[in-house]
Amino acid sequence: MAKRTIIPFGPQHPVLPEPIHLDLVLEDETVVEAIPQIGYIHRGLEKLVEKNEWPEMVYIIERVCGICSFGHGWGYCKSVEGNLGVEVPPRAEYLRTIWHELGRIHSHLLWLGLLADGFGFESLFMHTWRLRETILDIFEETTGGRIIFSVCKVGGLRKDVSNETLDKIVVRLRGLEKELKELTEVFLDDVSVKNRLVGVGALTKEEATSLGAVGPVARGSGVSNDVRQDGHGAYGELDFEPCLEEGGDCYARCKVRIRELFQSIGLIAQAVSKIPDGEIAVEIKGTHPAGEFVGRMEQPRGEAYYYSKGSGQKFLERIRVRTPTNANIPALVKTLAGSDLADVPMLVLTIDPCISCTER
Amino acid sequence: MANLKIGGMILRSLFKKPATQMYPVIPKEWKERTRGRIEIDIDDCIFCGICARKCPTDAITVNRTAKTWTIERMGCVQCSCCVDVCPKSCLNNVAGYTSPDVVKIVDTFTKAEETPQVEEALKSDAVSVPEATGAE
Repeated sequence: MAKRTIIPFGPQHPVLPEPIHLDLVLEDETVVEAIPQIGYIHRGLEKLVEKNEWPEMVYIIERVCGICSFGHGWGYCKSVEGNLGVEVPPRAEYLRTIWHELGRIHSHLLWLGLLADGFGFESLFMHTWRLRETILDIFEETTGGRIIFSVCKVGGLRKDVSNETLDKIVVRLRGLEKELKELTEVFLDDVSVKNRLVGVGALTKEEATSLGAVGPVARGSGVSNDVRQDGHGAYGELDFEPCLEEGGDCYARCKVRIRELFQSIGLIAQAVSKIPDGEIAVEIKGTHPAGEFVGRMEQPRGEAYYYSKGSGQKFLERIRVRTPTNANIPALVKTLAGSDLADVPMLVLTIDPCISCTER
Repeated sequence: MANLKIGGMILRSLFKKPATQMYPVIPKEWKERTRGRIEIDIDDCIFCGICARKCPTDAITVNRTAKTWTIERMGCVQCSCCVDVCPKSCLNNVAGYTSPDVVKIVDTFTKAEETPQVEEALKSDAVSVPEATGAE
């Protein structure tokens, strides 16, 4: 047996945007075991529910993550609305869907940039983030914020977007789609990119299922687990199929996310063509949540749970957010065992780790 | 093929103006809905304190006796919650962020008390207006 060495990876590492620590047990250049450790960025956001009333808590919950912030706000609202038995107006559900899908494009473009940066392709990284700026501009015009939007509230939305603006957004997205096609061909066809991704960290369908992987990690291994198919929001009225790949390696996970970019643009175009006119919020007065409810959302990184428990008071008793990165860490540990040390950054990046989400 | 694609993209961007903005030489154009910072029209404020109670980050402090309204600029997350709940609509979002600093900026707004002279002047104005109207 070769001599074993332990190499600490993180919490500060060039490929990690956020702190996670991995103890990599090596035999020569091969990782035989990886021991993850989190806890560097815990902020105790769930505890704040005890001193913030449930309508205001949404502004804290959407700060769980800076990338999928709209989805977190929506997930919390969905959970509390379920608790209260409130029916949200259809226009609000459509607008929520549109913003959520814009968030998915923004998240996947950010991830593609980080991946390019991770394997040292700096110009690809810069161009990916240049295209992401289009989405951030749309967010600022429609919501008033680039990253944190504060437009979602329990019962609907705080701001409406005119149908003319929505049509203009679709035109801009169609322009972006052309540039994206050109850019994503580099990710999928370039020899140097393929050398870093193809066959690296393969996860079989059975492993992905048994380890409870979610989102593009599971879909890259052929597991169909897109929560959007349950028809929440406006998804029930939109036509789409989950993007599945069979490879299970880093390349398959990258391909799933690239396909989802174009899928999201298609979903936004469909939603804009079908959006009904009408109210964007229902007024909730005099009642407080008094039960338990679990809402599920398909975030850009995968499935997230939002649990809320109320006792008829203005403060909720408990909320719990289970985020996708939390569910994907066992799959990461599995793929790390047996990989080369040089492939570790790619493996960590392809689960799209969001440690702020995980620790909240 | 992919190498040609990225090569073409890089060459094109060589002859284009930068995608980034030369901030602060070229000032940022604010969008209509940008939630830059919170400003108060202190003369309309009744110091009810609802904004302070609803603020998710406790960035606002209201002192009714001293007639002051205080905001911790770095604690404020621009959620506009206070703007929504203000009964007098004297709070609003203004485009443009507060300038960065090395200390936590706290802005205090104090409502100027109406002095007796001002009140008298107001009264005399009120008297003089009907007279003038009557003369016409």
